[in-house]
Amino acid sequence: MKEHHAKTIDNDLFEVGGKILTSRLFIGTGKYASDDIIPQVCKHSGACVITVALRRVDFHSKTDNVMQHIPEHMQLMPNTSGARNADEAVRIARLARAMGCGNWIKIEVITDNRYLLPDGYETVKATEILVRENFSVFPYINPDLYVARDLVNAGASAIMPLGAPIGTNRGIRTEEMIHILIEEIDIPVIVDAGIGKPSHACQAMESGADACLVNTAIATSDNPVLMGEAFADAVHSGRKAYLAGQAVTQQWASASSPLTGFLSSLEKNS
Amino acid sequence: MSFYSEYIKYKNFDLLPMMESINKNDVQRAIQKNRPSIKDFVTFISPSAQHLLEPMAQKAQDIKKRYFGNTIQLFTPMYLSNYCINHCLYCGFNHNVKMTRYQMNEKEIEQEASTISKTGLKHILILTGDAPSIASIDYLENCCHLLKKFFSSISIEIYALETNEYQRLIDAGVDGLTIYQETYHENLYKELHPKGPKKNYRFRLDSPQRGAIAGMRNVNIGALLGLDFWQRDIFYTVLHAAWLESMYPETEISISLPRLRPYDGCYIPKHPVSDKEMVQMICAIRLFLPRCGITISTRENEWFRNNILTLGVTKMSAGSSTAVGGHTIKEHHHSQFEISDKRSVEEMVHYLKQVNIQPLYKDWEQF
Amino acid sequence: MLVTINGEDIHFSKSLTISDFLKEKDIASDTVVVELNRQIIPTEAYENTFFNDKDSLEILRFVGGG
Repeated sequence: MKEHHAKTIDNDLFEVGGKILTSRLFIGTGKYASDDIIPQVCKHSGACVITVALRRVDFHSKTDNVMQHIPEHMQLMPNTSGARNADEAVRIARLARAMGCGNWIKIEVITDNRYLLPDGYETVKATEILVRENFSVFPYINPDLYVARDLVNAGASAIMPLGAPIGTNRGIRTEEMIHILIEEIDIPVIVDAGIGKPSHACQAMESGADACLVNTAIATSDNPVLMGEAFADAVHSGRKAYLAGQAVTQQWASASSPLTGFLSSLEKNS
Repeated sequence: MSFYSEYIKYKNFDLLPMMESINKNDVQRAIQKNRPSIKDFVTFISPSAQHLLEPMAQKAQDIKKRYFGNTIQLFTPMYLSNYCINHCLYCGFNHNVKMTRYQMNEKEIEQEASTISKTGLKHILILTGDAPSIASIDYLENCCHLLKKFFSSISIEIYALETNEYQRLIDAGVDGLTIYQETYHENLYKELHPKGPKKNYRFRLDSPQRGAIAGMRNVNIGALLGLDFWQRDIFYTVLHAAWLESMYPETEISISLPRLRPYDGCYIPKHPVSDKEMVQMICAIRLFLPRCGITISTRENEWFRNNILTLGVTKMSAGSSTAVGGHTIKEHHHSQFEISDKRSVEEMVHYLKQVNIQPLYKDWEQF
Repeated sequence: MLVTINGEDIHFSKSLTISDFLKEKDIASDTVVVELNRQIIPTEAYENTFFNDKDSLEILRFVGGG
């Protein structure tokens, strides 16, 4: 049972994976037209956490190293994209850690190339192994309560349920299921994938998500720097609204045939 | 981990004065929420909520319909044995009460079961006093084997057991456990249970958990309303139910609302609960725990039961007797408490159908 | 000597270290991670680790990703 005790936005620290973060917006480094805009996006979005992938070096073409565009203070979150099962995810995680940029790892085990939906079973297996090896594990999952519970038991640092399939920018199509996770799961819930607009991120935060990861929507926007700012504002706003408590949305009123009318007849007689 | 670790977080919660500071707006806001918190539950049981019973009832009815349908599950209690070594001050079977102690034999059990099952009821609740050497696990196992022939679901309301003992009864055919903490107030509990194994507060408190671990499909908890301030006991009851729901999501948790009734010998409840307050409780529980069952017994009278049927109640007893062999044995045995709603199963079913509620005789069968 | 590097078979006429290979390809050693026959080689060992016949290497680095 999650209970948030009265907080103001000032004492609302986000502690996860052994770090205290000043921003609940996580960003990515994929799909940019040009990587050299990344430092500006980092600055204007205020994000502390940034994801990267691990790939083979291409000896035949001299491409830029993405790392030179990532400000030093950023917390790196490498992902295991490319992994099709737990073993591959574990292998990629170990390699990523050997790069020397910390022990955070986002587990992505995807066998489905059409929708890029994650494999929950393999994700749990990989999490169990990597937690034992002292990684801070951030698993990317379908919003499945049983998978989420298994991940909590395995020692994951947070769960990252998808809002909609990767790249679709459709918004939080899995809203109801994410609400259930927010209610039932005691580790941070970071909504990942499918966030196409700042309003989607705001919505996720209003309903109690701990953070949002946004990549495609910022990277492919016409003005990623400005879009990064917009997302920062949206995440911040949504979080404030959540802390402030929801207002009345629906009316439950007195009806013409009252259900509790029988009590007043009792009072009359007594 | 025991529920006790959750309970002590709220043990010194000054509930009663806190509720005085809750106003109608606080309650109104809480009623509108889709997912009320435990703090919102406190507003539902506050004095201010008594002015908002109608909107609470409207929402409770809506929730009940959506999660449970227009149905009520029926069952009846069968008192197998009234031997008891406890000295609980409020109970009609208290060791100190001068009465004939009796335990049904196999033949009598079969007769009683046959009579009851002729009414169509398939869910039975078997009760005993606390006398493990007489109403032993062996005796109970044997009863279950006999009762399986007549009923598709057997629940027990007996003395607190260890996990392996619950397991034995589950293997013998039991699928539901009812056990009331009576009061969650530790000091009051001590006072009310001066002698006998039921004295052990912690052991009793952890029984629902042991039942869930052993594999009970249903675990039904509650407090005997009137022993302590009902607001306090219902607060801890829902805290307990919510905790059980989180810890054992595969177990159906329900709450009973036994309101203290007179018995021959009469313990006068210090904090009697009014009808209005009962309605407030039913609505409050329904709003806070939408999927939790709520059971009302025949302690409540016909008029009251008729009026609260659609407010969130999911299970009711019918055709009850709280005497050992009360359905068949001619010799009148002492009742644990007075039955108020004396309607037969047939009369109950007739009424339910008139108000468009489907009575469920059978909701589950072990296979 | 035949060595498979990033899935590609490469012939080497003489022995060389990981360090040598990276220098040849103009790759800074602190921008990559190297896996030799499924074992991760720490950066400090690049200077002393020689390729052998039939070795399989993976040389990876961080790239953009979400």
